[in-house]
Amino acid sequence: MAPTKDRQTIGGGNGTVGAVMVVGAGIAGVQAALDLANSGFFVYLVERSPAIGGVMAQLDKTFPTNDCSMCILSPKLVECGRHLNIQLLTLAEVQEIHGEVGDFTITVQEYPRYIDMEKCIACGLCAEKCPRSVNDEFNQALNKRKASFVKYPQAVPLKYVIDRDHCIYFKPDKKTGKIGRCRACEKFCPAGAVDFSQEGKTHHVKVGSVILAPGFKTFDPSRAATYHYRQLPNVVTSLEFERILSASGPFEGHLVRPGDRAEPKKIAWLQCVGSRDVKYHSYCSSVCCMYAIKEAVIAKEHAPYDLDCAIFYMDMRTYGKDFERYYLRAQEQGVRFVRSRIHSIDLGQDGDLLLRYMDEDAGLHQETFNMVVLSVGMEVPGDVKSMAATLGLELNPHDFAATHPLTPVATSRPGIFVCGAMAGPKDIPESVMQASAAAAGSGSLLSEARWTRTRTKEVPEPRDVSGEPPRVGVFVCDCGINIASVVSVPEVVEYAKTLPHVVYVQENLFSCSQDTQVQMLKVFEEHQINRVVVAACTPLTHEALFQETMRDSGLNKYLFEMANIRNQDSWVHTQEKEEATDKAKDLVRMAVARATLLKPLVEVPLTINQRALVLGGGVAGMNAALNLADQGFETILVEKEKELGGLARRVHHTIEGLDVQAYLDDLIARVRAHHNIQILTQALLVSFIGYKGNFVTEVLVGPGMYERKIEHGVTVVATGAQEYRPTEFLYGQHPGVLTQLDLGRVMHESPEKAAAWQRVFFVQCVGSRNAENPNCSRICCQGAVKHALELKMLNPEMEVVILYRDMRTYGFLEDYYLEARNQGVLFSRFDPEQSPRVMQDKEGLVLEFQDHVLQLPVRLPADAVVLSAATVAGEHEELASLMKIPRTSEGFFIEAHAKLRPVDFSSEGIFLCGSAHSPKLISESISQALAAAGRAGAFLADTTQTISGITACVEPERCAACLICVRVCPFKVPQINQENVSEINRALCQGCGICASECPAKTIQVSHYEDDQLTAKIKALF
Amino acid sequence: MRLQYPTDIRIIQVPCTGKVDIIHLLTAFEEGADGVFVAGCLEGDCHFLEGNLHAKKRVQRVKEILDKVGLGVGRLEMYNLSAGMGPRFAEIAREMDQRIRELGPSPIRKAKASLPKAETEMRV
Repeated sequence: MAPTKDRQTIGGGNGTVGAVMVVGAGIAGVQAALDLANSGFFVYLVERSPAIGGVMAQLDKTFPTNDCSMCILSPKLVECGRHLNIQLLTLAEVQEIHGEVGDFTITVQEYPRYIDMEKCIACGLCAEKCPRSVNDEFNQALNKRKASFVKYPQAVPLKYVIDRDHCIYFKPDKKTGKIGRCRACEKFCPAGAVDFSQEGKTHHVKVGSVILAPGFKTFDPSRAATYHYRQLPNVVTSLEFERILSASGPFEGHLVRPGDRAEPKKIAWLQCVGSRDVKYHSYCSSVCCMYAIKEAVIAKEHAPYDLDCAIFYMDMRTYGKDFERYYLRAQEQGVRFVRSRIHSIDLGQDGDLLLRYMDEDAGLHQETFNMVVLSVGMEVPGDVKSMAATLGLELNPHDFAATHPLTPVATSRPGIFVCGAMAGPKDIPESVMQASAAAAGSGSLLSEARWTRTRTKEVPEPRDVSGEPPRVGVFVCDCGINIASVVSVPEVVEYAKTLPHVVYVQENLFSCSQDTQVQMLKVFEEHQINRVVVAACTPLTHEALFQETMRDSGLNKYLFEMANIRNQDSWVHTQEKEEATDKAKDLVRMAVARATLLKPLVEVPLTINQRALVLGGGVAGMNAALNLADQGFETILVEKEKELGGLARRVHHTIEGLDVQAYLDDLIARVRAHHNIQILTQALLVSFIGYKGNFVTEVLVGPGMYERKIEHGVTVVATGAQEYRPTEFLYGQHPGVLTQLDLGRVMHESPEKAAAWQRVFFVQCVGSRNAENPNCSRICCQGAVKHALELKMLNPEMEVVILYRDMRTYGFLEDYYLEARNQGVLFSRFDPEQSPRVMQDKEGLVLEFQDHVLQLPVRLPADAVVLSAATVAGEHEELASLMKIPRTSEGFFIEAHAKLRPVDFSSEGIFLCGSAHSPKLISESISQALAAAGRAGAFLADTTQTISGITACVEPERCAACLICVRVCPFKVPQINQENVSEINRALCQGCGICASECPAKTIQVSHYEDDQLTAKIKALF
Repeated sequence: MRLQYPTDIRIIQVPCTGKVDIIHLLTAFEEGADGVFVAGCLEGDCHFLEGNLHAKKRVQRVKEILDKVGLGVGRLEMYNLSAGMGPRFAEIAREMDQRIRELGPSPIRKAKASLPKAETEMRV
């Protein structure tokens, strides 16, 4: 490890401590820790278990992109593990807290690992020799591990741990009552790392704020007798099924059922197990519909035969961004969806399961399945409840952290934030979003203490390799079995040894694991390697990791080349092992050929303009601006309308009953009063140039339309969405047909008019979930429930009917759905093929619909018909093309990664929040706005960034100033200088290479992609 | 997605198809490639705005050259697809594989194979 030094060891001004404690190291905790550590705070990351990663590490794939969960998570875990400003405290729990915001003292109890982390080399001998087998919790007890174990192969920190509860050493001898038997691990450990004398440590840690991200546990279905869970071995939970699917799981990714290891031909998923059930948890767990679809789709892909997958559900809640498309695709792929209630599960023949269920016609059906998966919900673990009590936090009636909808990541105690599942059931992107939001909350509280507790790294002087002949080190990865099960890795290793300039070759089980990285660092030094080739997964996710290791050993990171033998080989040629091995050899030979010609490149420090630009003055934009301003950054807020407020100007109450207009007035006043915020209204963006840290935006500011040029370092896009204007159901033709926003206005302006109504219908999914707009608009179900309850309050006698397709009141919104039913609001489901019809006769409005219970058409007069009109994207074509940011086919902006970068654009320095991303509630917009502000603030605060070394360079001697480069560059970078030759500004060059390819004199080269480097690869192929 | 496609395709990464030079395409054929395809972003969606449009022109130019030297136009193709279109990539790979199999080995490769070994090596 390179030497480190404390930049400053005392706290910031006014006693504010520039450090944060993050409790819980699942994806939310990891994201919060990384955001904070990258923006100038020291982070203590406290995790109860022996390794970080949480539940996401246990998942096989993630929806809706079907990314390999571990593959996208692992780089973040490694970054956490190696981050200079994150201290991991594993096997640790918070015990006490004193002090207040800005200056807390927290007592953390760290339990003994019985393995010295400094000495353990993670060779696994202790586990191999350990005679005690116990259930492996990580694999959901589907197989065994030893009492000395590592949580999972890519665990961070990758250090073994001895399980005190099961280790023979700690079991008193029956006769003598003494402990100390066995000690096999101690005897065989080659590193002398086993230490039974280890005792727990108590840490007293000073921090300015705390972020809680302790996560959830899954509902234990053995509490509900219906499912016969644990009695019938082929009834499994969804988390068990994830492990069954996982290549690193108990069955190595073979789809078999646990009872007899037979391949199932028919699998049933039962939804809402422990959720939406007043006996256990009345809330909806929000994620189970999507994960069940994903599991069904992946299972079908896994099975080398036609697998029958059926999902038994009440309402299909695919309400997130692009989720409905995923649902539709699953239907096309043959996944069956059965709207039903489960009656019973009984043991059939040969371990099969007899499922009895009632469908909508109230008919009792039965069907036999080989395997049943219980889609278990999320709940708060008992120790989290007790931690909340220790910290003095309020919980909501469901035992999750009590938060206010308008401050969604703040707990009841100032300075303590919450994110992820502790604040309510949610999926990965929303947890990541909340984590960044919680980090932003901490960042703005502690902004004066930024960089006061952080450590800086002394990177070794880069080694000058220019005079040396190429010495290539080749590292071939097994990726567990991802590569090794198809490609013969030892063969590739032997082959690589024969290639020119190759001086060292090794096989790695997991090249990306932290201990392998440390070992590689040693190898670089020992063998004087000056070019590194890693044959592994994909540069997309792992290049940066290997380059960081090179930097640690004084090697320039551009002396690196990756051979993509997983994503472009073993994964796509699974059945052709020999050909795949040949291909891997070719890819390695090509990579080595290029590597020998690579040159070290210098990265110039990036200057970062410290000003932020926020586009859009709605709830999201204003919250983003306010947080950035609180973090200490000058912020310019641009709004195209005359007034701030956006779409929320037309919303009167949230479902919780909060007064949105009062909130908005207060928010606008705070934004206007903030000394760091400048507001431009009636402003139109006309030009957007530059790059991360150095943008120049031109706006025309009304009413005079004067031109204003803004230089800024980051941009937050919060341009919102709009309500669809229906063309169906007599909208605009009859005054009694309203949208939800129209209804809100009527109830606000003339409640007496609404109170006089006798019967009101709501029609859901108007303009959503159809051919033109396949996605769900997310907010309309809760909107209808909210308005129905408000109408019932105005006039309890009023008949209110909600005609719906699936009620999607996810999370705690389910409480209001339940309340509406208790209040007598009627819910009637319709199929899109039998859509309700709105008509007008002499008396007034008439609604005709098919009653799904009676299976008969019903025709009733109505005083009002409320259309739950879709939330559609704003008119952003021009903005998108000016800023060069991508949009979905429905017009919503596309984030850099649906799962782990939900508020970033792939163009660095540009961030996204609010309904411009996808339809969402005000509270969700606020979370996302804080997240975007947090990410943007972290970018501005990190002044150590550099610009890429990959740019075009002109060799002036041969330049004829023909102007071709000047003409072809899409970014207008090349210019003819005073010496009458072309000159390219490295800071502005994007490195695309168009000029280099067009240059007739071939006097422009793109560094790292020079012609000889590419040609070497081509030639190496033949 | 791990969609399966034929094993006889090797991918060479470039920052943008705008960087794909005529010289690279010709080198590939000269060295003995039976076919080459250039996979760029969808037109109008180039990350670098218009790199793929420049590539399209160059591919066209190289096709003309290939035709003149007797290799025909079919061994080279440009495709436009986005990073989110995995199934399309696999489809293109199969399509190209099928097409090249029908065209048979490149005459250049056959000629090189018939040269004495020492001479072949000298050329590489």
